[in-house]
Amino acid sequence: MAEQAAFYIISAIILGGAVAMVTSRSLVRSVVWMVTSFIGVGALFILLEAEFIAAVQVLVYAGGIVVLFLFVIMLVNLGDVQHEEYLQRQWLPALLLVVVLTAEVGFLLWAGSREHGEPSPEQIDAVLRGLDGNIETVGMSLYTDYLLPFEVVSVLLLVAMIGAIYLAKKRI
Amino acid sequence: MEGIGLNHYLLLSALLFAIGAIGVLARRNVILVLMALELMFNAANINLVAVSRFHPDLTGQIFSIFTITIAAAEVAIGLGLVIALFRNRDVVNVDEFNLLKG
Repeated sequence: MAEQAAFYIISAIILGGAVAMVTSRSLVRSVVWMVTSFIGVGALFILLEAEFIAAVQVLVYAGGIVVLFLFVIMLVNLGDVQHEEYLQRQWLPALLLVVVLTAEVGFLLWAGSREHGEPSPEQIDAVLRGLDGNIETVGMSLYTDYLLPFEVVSVLLLVAMIGAIYLAKKRI
Repeated sequence: MEGIGLNHYLLLSALLFAIGAIGVLARRNVILVLMALELMFNAANINLVAVSRFHPDLTGQIFSIFTITIAAAEVAIGLGLVIALFRNRDVVNVDEFNLLKG
């Protein structure tokens, strides 16, 4: 019962924050709503017993990425954006397309759950009890089974850093 | 009323993805388009972590770490492009980026 209440409250925070972010005219307000949504997603990860991902979510998204966005918004001086048109001309077709797509995904979820069902809570608990704790297991897995992708992703970060520095130079 | 299952999380993630997609398709400001893209990344992460919880296997969580890393790299490059575009063309609306149009 408590899990249900938590899930619905967190979902309301995530979706409300997302809708407010997309519809807000002021960019700084959009960023604040985005933080709301991201922290909600972090809370959802705690509900899913993925504490490490929750911590990374709050550190990287609510910490780093948001500050980056705020910096760029302050850097790119937009002047008076409140009064100019903030939607594309294609917004109505885009809305219809996304609604149809979401209805399709919802139908597939409904049909799939009727066909296959889900593992019982007892099965899930039996597997989870065998694990040490989220951070230890994730760390072990990351440094043994997934060592190569882990190293590759560090090279990717280096490439992104060099690219960002090059793009932000005075003259390209 | 039954408990919260995998489908609840998948539906939430689909809705979050839809809101992000509307943001990408309908907003003019390129910074907000990038922010809506982040929402879509988050929806994918919710999917990965929820599936790794309900079909117990940590692979989903490991992959969501990689997704977060790639999202961070993408934001750095994207915002670098925004700054470069603003410096050279003085616009931040996606429908005004028409340099490649013949």
